[in-house]
Amino acid sequence: MLSFLFRRLLQTIPTVLAVVLLVFVLFSVVPGSIVSSMSDDADPQVEMRLKKQLGLDEPVYMRFGSYIAKLATGDFGTSFRTREPITAMIAKRAWPTLQLIFAAMAFAILIGVPLGFIAALKPGGIVDTIAMVVAVSGLSIAKFWLGLVLMYLFALKLGWLPSFGYGDGGLKFLLLPAATLGVSPMALFARTTRAAVLEIMTADFVRTARSKGMSETRVVKWHVMRNALVIILTTVGLQFGGLMGQAVVVEKLFSWPGIGSLLVDSVLQRDIPAVQGSILVVVLAFLAINLLIDVLYGVIDPRIRYV
Amino acid sequence: MFRMIAIVAGVGLALAGSVEAQTPRKGGTIRMTAPYGSSFTSLDIHTTQRAQDEIYAKALHRSLYIWNSAEGKPVLELAKEDVVSGGGLVHTFKLRDDAYFHSGRKMTADDVIWSYNRIMDGAKAFPGARYVRVIEGAAAVEKGQAKEISGLKKIDDFTIEMKLTEKVDPGFYFFTALTSIYPADEGAKESFIQKPIGLGPFKFVEHVPGSRIVLERWDRFYKSGKPYADKVIVSVMGEAAARDVAFRNKEIDTSVLGPAQYVAYQSDANLKGTIVEVAEVFTRYMGMNPSFKPFADKRVRQAINYAIDTDLIINKLVKGKAYRATSWLPLTAPAYDKAMKPYAYDPAKAKQLLTEAGYASGFEFEWTTSQNESWGLPIVSAVIPMLDKIGIKAKVKQVETAVLAEVVRSGDYQAFIYSQASGPDPLAALKCFHSSTPQPACNYMTFKNAEFDKIVDEAAQADDPAKRIQLLQKANALLYEEAPVWFFNYNKAVMAVQPWLKGVQLNATELTHQNVEDLWVDETSPAK
Repeated sequence: MLSFLFRRLLQTIPTVLAVVLLVFVLFSVVPGSIVSSMSDDADPQVEMRLKKQLGLDEPVYMRFGSYIAKLATGDFGTSFRTREPITAMIAKRAWPTLQLIFAAMAFAILIGVPLGFIAALKPGGIVDTIAMVVAVSGLSIAKFWLGLVLMYLFALKLGWLPSFGYGDGGLKFLLLPAATLGVSPMALFARTTRAAVLEIMTADFVRTARSKGMSETRVVKWHVMRNALVIILTTVGLQFGGLMGQAVVVEKLFSWPGIGSLLVDSVLQRDIPAVQGSILVVVLAFLAINLLIDVLYGVIDPRIRYV
Repeated sequence: MFRMIAIVAGVGLALAGSVEAQTPRKGGTIRMTAPYGSSFTSLDIHTTQRAQDEIYAKALHRSLYIWNSAEGKPVLELAKEDVVSGGGLVHTFKLRDDAYFHSGRKMTADDVIWSYNRIMDGAKAFPGARYVRVIEGAAAVEKGQAKEISGLKKIDDFTIEMKLTEKVDPGFYFFTALTSIYPADEGAKESFIQKPIGLGPFKFVEHVPGSRIVLERWDRFYKSGKPYADKVIVSVMGEAAARDVAFRNKEIDTSVLGPAQYVAYQSDANLKGTIVEVAEVFTRYMGMNPSFKPFADKRVRQAINYAIDTDLIINKLVKGKAYRATSWLPLTAPAYDKAMKPYAYDPAKAKQLLTEAGYASGFEFEWTTSQNESWGLPIVSAVIPMLDKIGIKAKVKQVETAVLAEVVRSGDYQAFIYSQASGPDPLAALKCFHSSTPQPACNYMTFKNAEFDKIVDEAAQADDPAKRIQLLQKANALLYEEAPVWFFNYNKAVMAVQPWLKGVQLNATELTHQNVEDLWVDETSPAK
């Protein structure tokens, strides 16, 4: 197990380096320059001072080298715009983003998985039809529109929840953005669970269990559910990464102070260190969650061995 | 005149009337919105020139001057008196001796000098440098050739002497938050960015990045009895639709309206009375590059102005949320000439001018634009068929707003559409067309006209305000004739204000920038 973890951690290094290189190169070639946008009507001498101050007077390969060297020590650099350390900027945003993503994922799992399960137990029935209509709709609805509808309904019409903001970070502020973000994975989980359960229900080992006289409840609980969980878990892991990207729209709509809005603002303001730092954190989170999922496979299904 | 225009433009007259009739209530919370993006750039207001950031800065910080919306000009704020000498170049400011920073320390001349020297640190490129540069010796500090601005002298703790490089009204240079006065001791500390200290009516409490800034009343503010409110919350709300729901749900007190919402609020009996509007000092236009051969000919530029049905675009596309531009200076400029008429929509005359210029069969040009709904792609799309009628083909090049700003400054375009500050100082606005003004500064069309230069130079030297206004009107008329741009519109800023929020000022420099100490909420406000 430990050697497996060590090997997987080593495998993430080239992935992280590739992402860092890609982002670095992309922001070196896009049109526009932070220096000219900051210095406005300053003369060339002043622009040169600014370039030097920001470390932009060196060739790209040298800048990349020093960036990597700093990264190795945990230094993500300093924001061009705010002059704050990037780690401090990200730290302020990390908890709200985690709150949002975990709440959205909880919403998606708690509704989507049971819905798919129930639908699969009676395929073609009324529950199955309704569940799949909900699932297809959930996958198709634009988050921006859905968020506005939820705001209109639960804040303006019913008056149950605030329409925007972070407040004290409490549940009443979290519910609407989490539901908005969670609808799409909920729909995906419902479809995936349904498909997985339907497939497992016709598997040889399920038929064997039934022929041995095992009750339907025990068959579903011990054989179907457990095997379906491996497939569901894979989807959940992939969705975590997806949600970090999709959170941008929801954070902006609900004035939620997450990493997504930091990333968008940094791109628009050409704050390259902040862009690099935000993307790197998202990638690292994605890799970490997938590593965790890999570990969980073995817990759920002891047949899976770490090699 | 400023007040007159504001009143004519303002739909919220009942609101203004009620302000005068009632005694301001102490206490309560003001809930403002910052509508221009998803985050504040920085808590160091010297580093950012975004309108978004100045919304909170108006509560937290103070500068030497402040914008007085009723008078339509900057007035002294941190100084009590300005004695002018040296042929209009030397200003001796008597500072307030009752202004306290939120740390409890009294402001002195050292803080003013320290702040201006900080802004001129060329290695940091503070945007306020463009204003402080008007002080003699400031440019040398910016270039690293001097350590301190030679034109700033401390006479005593509450008196400073400021020597300028040209005869201008310093009020126009030192009223925005970009030139806020910081405490010299605290301002130099790293922690200042996390917990800023200012001289404003409210002190910093909390910043939730991407969401809100919370400020509370500063009891030692120098204006007696002010501020009225206990607390100010500025929420970041970039999405217009989300703001609309929050405003209707009474969760926020102010909301900036775009063209679509402007129409919706006007047609809603419950919301119509909440609208406040003012002609802001921004001119929207299509700039034409004179190094692109057809645009070097004045007749071609005039033809474009005649070929576009500008009123139709303002009414149908911008939904009436703009004022027709005649020349460069906006309605609220003291040198705006009411008698001047805009270019008429006259395609026949446009065609005739094109023929005279040798372009009877037209020509093609590339038009760089952003996606902005009020002065971007939708407008360009509407204009293209109008130009096509006289044989001019436009090819659209779409870029991000940030990239457009750089395209404009670098001159890498044939034509572009843009919104540019054309005030509040009419002299500074017209100087953008002076041949000595570099393109990256603001002479984006590299306009060069000896007669124009002469008139503007005379205006800059004029001691008599009436004479100065007359000369500026003459320069503005010359711009109209030379038509370096298609004069599109002046922005009409529109904001919805809840009925319980009083004291809203019709600020033509930016409607969202309110002197928060003058705002108050009555007992019907749902906020505690």
